[in-house]
Amino acid sequence: MYHGVNPKAFLSTVTGFHLMTAYTATVTIRLKHGVLDPEAETTRRALERLGFDLEDLRSADRFEIDLEAEDAGEATERVDEMAQRLLANPTIHDYDVEVDER
Amino acid sequence: MTVAIVRFGGSNCDRDAERALEHLEIDAEIVWHEDGLPDGTTGIMLPGGFSYGDYLRAGAMAAQSPIMDEVREAAGEGVPILGVCNGAQVGCESGLTEGAFTTNESARFQCEPVYLRVERADTPWTERYEEGDVIEVPIAHGEGRYEITDERLEELEDDGRILFRYCTEDGELTDEANPNGSKHNVAGVLGDRETVAVLMPHPERVTLPDIGNTDGQGVLEGFERADA
Repeated sequence: MYHGVNPKAFLSTVTGFHLMTAYTATVTIRLKHGVLDPEAETTRRALERLGFDLEDLRSADRFEIDLEAEDAGEATERVDEMAQRLLANPTIHDYDVEVDER
Repeated sequence: MTVAIVRFGGSNCDRDAERALEHLEIDAEIVWHEDGLPDGTTGIMLPGGFSYGDYLRAGAMAAQSPIMDEVREAAGEGVPILGVCNGAQVGCESGLTEGAFTTNESARFQCEPVYLRVERADTPWTERYEEGDVIEVPIAHGEGRYEITDERLEELEDDGRILFRYCTEDGELTDEANPNGSKHNVAGVLGDRETVAVLMPHPERVTLPDIGNTDGQGVLEGFERADA
């Protein structure tokens, strides 16, 4: 056993074969601050009608994406591009991406 | 000239558009998006409907169809392109025009006649009108609220890229006359070129004289003018 060597990186270097890790990326998409959210507003009013006391309510879309990547950085990069190109609309949305090993 | 009316899964105003263009003696053909644009396409209409069930966001899925690459290329070459309702949403989602059409302020689907003020009369789509003219055109949408940053909207306004605004019968821009909460009552905008326009209201539904109101004719006639 060679100390200080990441066995996965070592294998990948000597064999040219990249070991992939399974990740789940969670993309959360919110409306930008200041963009009206009529659905959230309607939901807030409905909760109040049910007798709940609340100050505000914001809604967000969440996507969970399973993928295999060499490392968390690569997984994040790929999912970030998915969010930019389709899942979010940059005109009205902000988003964040979280990646966890599966 | 032949106007290609691009049909996506879930388009439903494609035949209305075809009939309206035929009435104006503008040659038009419905084109399935997977087949691509036919040779000799001299105009492109993105019709209304609910492409892909409005999944994700209205227009988001259709905007990813490969035909939209061809449409963007044609836009750059000056081919006249008109997006109506869902076609307007596809236009914004695909970057032909700026901004986004999103959930109505009422959070409801709204189907009603509205008044539009013509903001520019020197584009192919509005030459038939005078600046400040008021036309009556129906809307039918749940996601028609025009949204964009305040700074960018100001720039578009300065550049004269706002084509139509919701107004009263007398042409006043009031909140009451704004059916969906659109910023600055914007109902339709131009792309980088005046030959590209999108609007949420349906001019093709007020083109056939049998229906009574023909206020929308001038908009569709833009295909002929832009081609000339």
